[in-house]
Amino acid sequence: MLNPNLKLNTKLWSGDVEAVPIRRGFGEGLVKAGEADENVVALCADLTESTQMHFFKEKFPERFTQIGVAEQNLVTVASGMAAMGKIPFCSSYAMFSPGRNWEQIRTTIAYNDRPVKIVGSHAGISVGPDGGTHQALEDIAIMRAMPNMEVVSPCDAIEAKKITQLLAKSGKPAYLRLAREKTPIMTTEETPVALGKSQIFWMPDVGIAEVGIIATGALLYQAILVAKELESEGVKIKVMNLVSIKPMDVEGIVSLAKEAGAIVTVEEHQVMGGMGSAVAEVLAQHFPVPIEFIGVQDKFGQSGKPDELIEHYGMGKSSIKEAVKKVLKRKI
Amino acid sequence: MAFLSDTKTKELKLKANNIRESIISMLVEAGSGHTAGPLGMADIFTLFYFHVLKHDPKNPLWVERDRVVLSNGHICPVLYSTMAHAGYFPIEELKTLRKFGSRLQGHPHREYMPWLENSSGPLGAGLSQAVGMALADRIDKKDNDRFVYCFMSDGELDEGNTWEGIMLAGKLKIRNLIAIVDRNNIQIDGFTEDTMPLEPLVDKWRAFNWHVIEVGGHDFQSLNEAVSEAQSVYGKPTVIIAHTIPGKGVHEFERDYKWHGKPPTKEEGKFALSELRTLGGQIKSEHQ
Repeated sequence: MLNPNLKLNTKLWSGDVEAVPIRRGFGEGLVKAGEADENVVALCADLTESTQMHFFKEKFPERFTQIGVAEQNLVTVASGMAAMGKIPFCSSYAMFSPGRNWEQIRTTIAYNDRPVKIVGSHAGISVGPDGGTHQALEDIAIMRAMPNMEVVSPCDAIEAKKITQLLAKSGKPAYLRLAREKTPIMTTEETPVALGKSQIFWMPDVGIAEVGIIATGALLYQAILVAKELESEGVKIKVMNLVSIKPMDVEGIVSLAKEAGAIVTVEEHQVMGGMGSAVAEVLAQHFPVPIEFIGVQDKFGQSGKPDELIEHYGMGKSSIKEAVKKVLKRKI
Repeated sequence: MAFLSDTKTKELKLKANNIRESIISMLVEAGSGHTAGPLGMADIFTLFYFHVLKHDPKNPLWVERDRVVLSNGHICPVLYSTMAHAGYFPIEELKTLRKFGSRLQGHPHREYMPWLENSSGPLGAGLSQAVGMALADRIDKKDNDRFVYCFMSDGELDEGNTWEGIMLAGKLKIRNLIAIVDRNNIQIDGFTEDTMPLEPLVDKWRAFNWHVIEVGGHDFQSLNEAVSEAQSVYGKPTVIIAHTIPGKGVHEFERDYKWHGKPPTKEEGKFALSELRTLGGQIKSEHQ
């Protein structure tokens, strides 16, 4: 059942569950962050509407800077603004920022410890028809390896809206990962969220879980569907929303591993170095259990519809189900 | 811009000489680091820290201070040496350059010395940070109160990020930003014009809508006038292209790109210090 304490969207199962792009939530959250603090500024590299920064630009034109197609400049200018007390959000597609400008982010933002927020929209394979050049599948890996940098990946537009406002107050450098496609709304305005914390979205009606699924981003919805379907087959599952990949909720993850004894991680990212790797690092040290990793297996993507790409690259419902069954067999 | 009297000019010359002596001593002690750039920029840093800048070494985080961004972090021996002589920290500490636990990291790091405006080392990212600082001041309507100065090398003009910053500052017409390019014509692999030609450099900056001033990098009066002109320009950022002699002050090191990235040995340090202390043989006994 859905965790009753989190006030999640109860209309999740209807065929016409509301779907909104996660990036839209960022756009709305940024306006709210701008209203709350006049030091919030926004910079964009020629993708203002795509990254949903146009809402902020319309509301606060004097606090918005158009950088042009220059992602290295995007983040270095933002670093300078942060040095003077501003809280800059800089947006582009994840493939270009942090894809192209990684060293500038490392030296001028993370090493400098400036509270710049790198907003990478259109992350993951679900960018679809644009093809492999535009499908950022390595961004979590390169950003979480950077000291001082926090990494967050919201699961829906409402969570993205809240996370954006939290990031504006965090005082730390951060990477915010967003997706292009419309994705189901799982949370509500009342659902609590905090940086560095995980949440159990789905749990068995009674008894303890025998598998824990840890998901980040929009694929969380697929994980919840799998949990519900397998419930009818008698498999007890807990599904965790890991919005905060770094810092990671070590306590929550270890506690889930202790209860379930087996874990499946689900992310729209390369398996190498991604959220699943981060979970494995934690569990290998604190409580080793069998883990199966859902994600892209060391391949580049290609053009296609988001759904067919998710299926083809092994991140769909059937793949998650298989992984659950496989990890159950590996339990000692 | 304060008037630069003859007496003050003489003081600055001696101060720059002391700063060069410290640069040699700290590099010999460190056993690694860059020699040519720091010596070449000693006069300009001296002018700024002892005449131009609005700053307070005893209160380094004074909110109203001018901002100094060092983009080419490898010339940090001149920054550290000048800051020490200006009173930011004890001159004795210069001997810790590049050593474990030192505040004086091989390339500047804010975490170790929080009153640096930026960390640097990887080239080409300083100007854009300076643009961001100047832009933030303009948004806050503080752009009449202070300037953001960015010290950069000619070699790092090879970097694309630099030109992205130049283009943006030109577009935004940021007048409270002054860049100073150390035009010493050398980089690690050789002369800039052999490695990656920069000329016509003045035309390039001008084409990006900057006000451009060319000046000799070792004449305090001309430098002071150049800064004064830059501060008066309306509606444009200014770049001062300062023609400097790499290794300036030690004849044997001057104009030789081999001195870009290595320190003097103990022997070389000895004759370099002797040359500086006699002001290049102008006086017989070494001053201390």
